[in-house]
Amino acid sequence: MDNFIQFTVNALTLGSVYALIALGYSLVYGILKLLNFAHGDVFMVGAFIGFGVLQALGGAADPVISIWFVLVLVMLSAMAGCAILGVAIERFAYRPLRNAPRIAPLISALGVSFFLTYSMQLMFGSQQRDYNAFAMANGALFFKGFDIGSVRVPLLRIVIVVSAFVLMILLWLLVTKTRIGKAMRATSYDREAAAMMGIDIDRVIVFAFVLGSALAGAAGVMFALRAPASVTIGFVAGLKGFTAAVIGGIGSIPGAMAGGLILGFAESFTQGYISTRWSDLFVFLILIAFMLLRPQGLFGKADIKKV
Amino acid sequence: MSEQRPPESAGTTPAVGKDEWVARLDDNRARRTGLPGVVEERLRNVPWWAWLTLFVAAVAALPIVYDSGYVRRVAFDTVVYMLLALGLNVVVGWGGLLDLGYVAFYGIGAYSYALLSSNQFDVHLPTLVTVPLVVAIGAVVGLLVGLPSRRLSGDYLAIVTLFFFQLFIVVVTNGDHLFGTNVTGGSNGIGGVEADVDPFNLFGRDLVVSTGGIFNVWYLYVALAFFVVVFVLLRFVNHSRIGRAWRSLREDPLAAEMMGMPVNWLKLLAFSFGAAVAALSGTIFAGLNGGVFPTTFAFPLLITVYTMVILGGSGSQAGVVVGAILVNVLLELLRDPGQSRYLFYFLIVVGLLAIFRLSVRLAVVLGGTIVLGFAVHAIASSISDAAVSGASNGGGWLADALRQWVITPSSLGAWAPISYVALVSLVLVLTLLAGWVRIAVLVPTLYLAAFVWENVMLAKPEATRFIVLGAILVAVMIVRPSGLLGEKRVEIV
Repeated sequence: MDNFIQFTVNALTLGSVYALIALGYSLVYGILKLLNFAHGDVFMVGAFIGFGVLQALGGAADPVISIWFVLVLVMLSAMAGCAILGVAIERFAYRPLRNAPRIAPLISALGVSFFLTYSMQLMFGSQQRDYNAFAMANGALFFKGFDIGSVRVPLLRIVIVVSAFVLMILLWLLVTKTRIGKAMRATSYDREAAAMMGIDIDRVIVFAFVLGSALAGAAGVMFALRAPASVTIGFVAGLKGFTAAVIGGIGSIPGAMAGGLILGFAESFTQGYISTRWSDLFVFLILIAFMLLRPQGLFGKADIKKV
Repeated sequence: MSEQRPPESAGTTPAVGKDEWVARLDDNRARRTGLPGVVEERLRNVPWWAWLTLFVAAVAALPIVYDSGYVRRVAFDTVVYMLLALGLNVVVGWGGLLDLGYVAFYGIGAYSYALLSSNQFDVHLPTLVTVPLVVAIGAVVGLLVGLPSRRLSGDYLAIVTLFFFQLFIVVVTNGDHLFGTNVTGGSNGIGGVEADVDPFNLFGRDLVVSTGGIFNVWYLYVALAFFVVVFVLLRFVNHSRIGRAWRSLREDPLAAEMMGMPVNWLKLLAFSFGAAVAALSGTIFAGLNGGVFPTTFAFPLLITVYTMVILGGSGSQAGVVVGAILVNVLLELLRDPGQSRYLFYFLIVVGLLAIFRLSVRLAVVLGGTIVLGFAVHAIASSISDAAVSGASNGGGWLADALRQWVITPSSLGAWAPISYVALVSLVLVLTLLAGWVRIAVLVPTLYLAAFVWENVMLAKPEATRFIVLGAILVAVMIVRPSGLLGEKRVEIV
């Protein structure tokens, strides 16, 4: 039972990070029908921006201001930096290819992903960066928390899960309640018709990239709070985030959240109960099966091709 | 005058997926007159097999002209890359299917060869049996991996093949405990120091990797023979019913299905052909290295092969071969700071010449950059000696000359990432500008490029090589999606 609770807590933290990445894929895919391979690398850059800001503010052990302000600042600056990066990627790598054959932006995205990974390696080397979250507030994030039975859920986990859910709820409100959200939904439903109704498509696309990349930046910080970050974390994280988006039904926001959690549970429980070595194998097998049997995902609508 | 010439035979053969009139209009406009035009037309009428013979003869003569183990090794690697690019061209260029698991087939070929002729399970099949067997294994696995393509298309297919690639890596790196037996040797691979994978054995003779420390030239010739066979075979396939059907599938799957083509079968066939070629390349790679290691078959290799196909022109066999040569030679040059420096400044000058031709603006840009450099250098050295006292990476006369012009601080610190990000931003901004503003921004950009190149990028050739690959992929897709030699595709909407 203790193990079960432990794995569930792990699954929730992992799942909320995957869900945030998945949302970025979903937002962009919903509007552009483009699989943004570079998204995982935006996530990685977010982790690095967060690390830089943390160091500039005095590091985890000895921050110049209260550690909670530091955490908020780290998160916000990673989100802002990634949003700028996302807009630049869209402007220079995808916009010129908007009317090209489908395969062209995909290849361009592969190139961007590769460019980002190795640019970061050029600038910061390939060694791991540790936020040293253990030292934050003298270990309070790890030792304090609340107990379920005999298992202690550390404060850090709670912070990650709660802030991820706050971000997702904010996004949900933005998409359903605001004008620009309405424009996004209209564009994802039918781009041409939306353009004819006077919606500025370019603005909507840029906005989708801003939102998606900012969420990826936040996810990068959350990831790096749990485990050291290196320039190579983007690839696998991006792959899993995309899978989460597909499981939930790409283009659907609740779908991305559900998909992220399912993936988090799958990974955490196979690691816990079956084998650490083969957990990725099971995860990928589940995914391939999912792709083949229900490519529209849990919450997606079956794609009816109209010609 | 050129309009009165009768249409050439080459331009009138019907090609699927090409709007003849539109395609030829551009050609007609671009056609030169006078002597260059005549030469160009003569060259165009040289048959393909003549080019192939000439090319193979040139590669075969290379180790005779340059008798060094390094040149042989690079030539061998290039031929293996050419094989890989030819195989990928079948799936991506002809079939129009984005296969991101392609390198896994290469790995499967190499591992199959290693398992069938090594001490791992003490199986030692003769090479002439192993190689066809491995090719057959590759073709079958390719068929199986292609099965999802019956239901999925585009991005979904890409991601499923990428999963397959990941599965391959997971299985291979953890394969030392597969149901309690050591199959793939885990992260140590098969072979290695004791080199227990058999080398190729042809006509009763072992092809040892090196004789007297020099790379065995026979591996180059065997790879070249593989290349010729694959090239000719694929050319015939492409000019058969299957090849035409593939192209129609690439252009419009729905229309192809309407015309009665077995679309699913064609997709599987494309996967299978590509995988078989990749597996074949894997055998010679494993035979040469005397071992296989999981780190070889990683994502960077996939991107490298993709860059070759895209740069050369996907869909054109000659194109992907040229792409493989260009990219591999580029990657080799980038390894050594002394050599890549010449290449970098040469490319900058050529690029400027191509944009401005010989004009006043070119003189302004070049002169402005040179003056700016000396000015910055003088200011920096008067402020602090440490700003110009750093050592340059690699040597050569150019490095010595540049030390008087580019500032090379003894330690960069945070300036490395700042200057690099500034350079990337400036280059991106440049693509949005025009006229005199562009020239005004170009001058500092060029100087900053030289600074970043000398101080940041030359210090880390490994990262620089892959950055260049990524940039090539994006730039080719935007500037010239058909690549260098690929045929121009006309979108019919």
